[in-house]
Amino acid sequence: MRLFGFRGGVHPEAAKHHTERRPIRRLPLPRRLYIPLQQHIGAPAKAEVAPGQHVESGQLLARSQGLISAPVHAPAAGRIVAIEEHPAPHPTGLPVSTVVIETDSEQPPATVPSTEDPFTLPPATIAERVGAAGIVGMGGATFPSAVKLMPNPKQPIHTLIINGSECEPYLTCDDRLMQERPEAIIDGIRLIRHALQARRAVLAIEDNKPAAFAAMAAAARQSEAVEVIRIPSRYPMGWEKQLVKTVTGHEIPHGQLPGGIGVCVHNVGTAYAIHRCLRTRQPLSSRIVTVAGGAVRHPQNLEVPIGARLEELIDFCGGLTEPPARLVMGGPMMGQVMPHLRVPIVKGSSGVLALSAHEVDDGPERPCIRCGRCVMACPAGLLPLEMGARMRHDDLDGAEALGVQDCIGCGCCSYVCPSKIPLVHYFNYAKGELQNRRQEKAKSEQTRQWAQARSERLAREAAEKAALRAERAASKAQQKRPPHPSKEPL
Amino acid sequence: MFAAIISLALLGFALGYLLGVAAIHLRVKEPEIIQELEALLPGTNCGQCGFPGCPAGARALAEGTAPVTLCPPGGKPLAAALAAKLGVEADLSELDDGPAPVAQVIEALCIGCTRCFKVCPTDAIVGAPKQIHGVVSDACTGCKKCLGICPTMGIKLTRLQPNLATWQWPKPADANSQPESQQAVRDDDVEAARDMMEVAR
Amino acid sequence: MIVITPQAGPHVRNPGKVPSLMAKVVLALVPATLFGIYLFGLPALNTVLLCVVSALFFEGLCVRLVNKRLGLVLADGSAVLTGLLLALTLPPWAPWWIAVGGTGFAIVVGKQVYGGLGQNPFNPAMLARVALLLAFPLQMTTWVAPAPLFSPAAPDFAQSLTITFNGAAVPDSLSGATLLGQVKTDLDRGLALPQALGAHFSPLGQGIGYAAGSLGETSTLLLLLGGLYLLWQNIINWHTPVSFLATLALLAWVFQQLDPTSYAGPLYHLSSGAVMLAAFFILTDPVTSPATRAGQLLFGAGCALLVYIIRTWGGYPEGVAFAVLLMNALTPLVDHYFKPRQYGRTRRGKPLPLPPLEKMAPSRRGRP
Repeated sequence: MRLFGFRGGVHPEAAKHHTERRPIRRLPLPRRLYIPLQQHIGAPAKAEVAPGQHVESGQLLARSQGLISAPVHAPAAGRIVAIEEHPAPHPTGLPVSTVVIETDSEQPPATVPSTEDPFTLPPATIAERVGAAGIVGMGGATFPSAVKLMPNPKQPIHTLIINGSECEPYLTCDDRLMQERPEAIIDGIRLIRHALQARRAVLAIEDNKPAAFAAMAAAARQSEAVEVIRIPSRYPMGWEKQLVKTVTGHEIPHGQLPGGIGVCVHNVGTAYAIHRCLRTRQPLSSRIVTVAGGAVRHPQNLEVPIGARLEELIDFCGGLTEPPARLVMGGPMMGQVMPHLRVPIVKGSSGVLALSAHEVDDGPERPCIRCGRCVMACPAGLLPLEMGARMRHDDLDGAEALGVQDCIGCGCCSYVCPSKIPLVHYFNYAKGELQNRRQEKAKSEQTRQWAQARSERLAREAAEKAALRAERAASKAQQKRPPHPSKEPL
Repeated sequence: MFAAIISLALLGFALGYLLGVAAIHLRVKEPEIIQELEALLPGTNCGQCGFPGCPAGARALAEGTAPVTLCPPGGKPLAAALAAKLGVEADLSELDDGPAPVAQVIEALCIGCTRCFKVCPTDAIVGAPKQIHGVVSDACTGCKKCLGICPTMGIKLTRLQPNLATWQWPKPADANSQPESQQAVRDDDVEAARDMMEVAR
Repeated sequence: MIVITPQAGPHVRNPGKVPSLMAKVVLALVPATLFGIYLFGLPALNTVLLCVVSALFFEGLCVRLVNKRLGLVLADGSAVLTGLLLALTLPPWAPWWIAVGGTGFAIVVGKQVYGGLGQNPFNPAMLARVALLLAFPLQMTTWVAPAPLFSPAAPDFAQSLTITFNGAAVPDSLSGATLLGQVKTDLDRGLALPQALGAHFSPLGQGIGYAAGSLGETSTLLLLLGGLYLLWQNIINWHTPVSFLATLALLAWVFQQLDPTSYAGPLYHLSSGAVMLAAFFILTDPVTSPATRAGQLLFGAGCALLVYIIRTWGGYPEGVAFAVLLMNALTPLVDHYFKPRQYGRTRRGKPLPLPPLEKMAPSRRGRP
């Protein structure tokens, strides 16, 4: 099959050898699970349970709110201890509304497979069930998957691309999943293809994962439905825009989603979750997480219930060998730094990395020497050095004109920068400031309207009062019958 | 030499005179600038700028007697917009960058007298007589009008703490200008790491 | 209010850093420098040392004045590189005040007044060279014939100090002229080019560089070697040097075809050490050259055009420094117009048109 390149990109050291050969192990069920009500892009879920209540494994904890949202389910049977605020898996560790479950020591056996054939279901029903199971993009973007599966007659999907590239260094959770459970993934891909009524389904795997490729190719041979292809290893291959370009040769036009050009992209983890949801009627309540980094004693992949805290995972992997220089959730390129280990695993957590000092090794920041490496590396075709220089002086308009909103935050520019300038940080700052500015503008517009409405109301009230007073005066005057009506105007 | 001095001096006088004449006769009449400035201001007439209402503030801005940073509820964006409109350079670094403070009713002190919501220029305070009032923080501009009128001093201004939905990345610290603080952060990191080790153990 | 400033990704980074980049460029210059010192003896060593040490001194002075972190700035190696580059373009027996004054001009006026590394619009070494050439034309064009170390003609230690610090005149037996200068003089005297060239020019001799000339610009081959090392190490892109050398060769070839008696061929132009130094070390200065590939191609070609024009029709035999400065001035403009195309947008910034559906939609394959 013909492949197409994409612009820019980098080749970071893969560092996958620590974990790619070790089998996935199941994390023993922690005593307490902390399940945030917002684990996805969109509106937070609304709690449906109360403290003190006992819940079964897979029971609905919180209902989705609106179209772009996802429900949350109990990963295990237990008692709701509290619904309160706990640190979110976010760089700031700000509080998020969280359901705390104390798990039962004895768990019921796993659910039996359902006998129903999901291929007989209409596509809309599949989308509905995926939505009800709380499945979100497992690659880290956590966009509710059901929204992408909903049939859209205006934009029929002809090509389904399953993202098995896993271009982030260190992470091997998709790699191991493909090596160990290829049939389930192929089944999931076929189900997605059925839901989308796509003509073609392509599973794209980076060429640095030969074992996963072999396993998937063998599993795919049984049905003709899925093409398994090898794509070159280059970060950020796994980013939707770059993957679509590589596989189809077409760029997604600005302002469009992949659906605009008839393409839909799902992650292999999502395909696996969809398989589980439709074949065994299990909601999404656990995921594979790579625990790695130079400070972890036994790096490996774990199957973790949603809501387990990072400290449980690190403990199970033998603890830390040194104080980590940085604690990261996700991959080292686009992952988020975590404030401490007392934050929970959520649906989008693909990895937990405790990076040692020599792995982080930033060095001091120096002035930009305009070497242009960032320009060559930028897959979005931007000028990171110019945008960074603008934002250093808070020139928001300048940065916006250079297209900072088109930045995908992949980190290639910061990665190659010899001056170690935190370019991605500057662009995050720019995006936040632009959003603040939009909100401020909307608010001041609103304020003006409120102020105007109030002054109109006051004027109206005053006029009414005056009219009332005049009426009263008039009636009073009539009662008194003035002797000289002709003098009244005085 | 004298010829040179005299000729240059004459030239200077002549050009200066021309400039002076031009300044008087070619002056651009700009009453419309006041209306444009007024359109930028919040229109709440809160009086925090020290002028009686937004139109007066706009007039002062146009005359140059007030700085572009005069409007606290408008904050930095408004100051930047005013500076752009007037074509002046403004030092905005002194202005608060954080979220604008909003009024908050101290429930223990509120007696439900309704005075505050009668003065609120954006109707941001809700409530009924003899009931504890509340502030709709989205609508509050932090104009402080309600603070003085409350008989029990039961309203205070607070900043909303950022939450997951409103938090934005701050500007990165400039490594080249603040060497010491950078070092301090590093030490903190090491401390935090020690804590993590402790927890992980 | 609590201000939380977490670090953004990426959390692993490329090991390359500014000091190591600068160190590799200096390393690439070492062969040519050593050859220059060998060729012109101890006075050349004095010049190199003076330039490098005074570059560090002036850099440190400026950094102190603006309260930046002294160690951090000096450690980036850019001052050493500027000093070395200037030394390589100076006459080898230059008096000390040429070396120190030139370096001071390069560092203070050429770089630090703009705010230090990364802020200067012009290449500091070339700026200083042009300033010296205009201010001290005699000292800057007093060349010596090669007097290799340990040869009888070579000055000893005491003599080298006199030459550098006491302005001793170059003995007549050792005064020489550069090839470009000699040919230019001959042409001005009305000689035809073949005669002028024939007497002095052999491509191999030029390549090895056993000739009078600037301290580090005589050995074209060693400079080329350094340049190839930089390309191999990914310190520089191929775009600028290739476009520069190719354009220069093309121009020389075209004009030679038109009139072989007046215009020298590509080999004559390419075998000059100054051109090679510029191609790999001066034009590729990241600060003063464009940041995009297309811009770098244009930048190299423009420089070649200017070099050819100045050498052929201008008043100076060598035009590299002037050409570089003129193109430096154009760099912001080039950067403004040669931007990469953004993903999903046309060159004008509009969203790409949707591709036609029939072109994309593949045939149905297999059953689900």
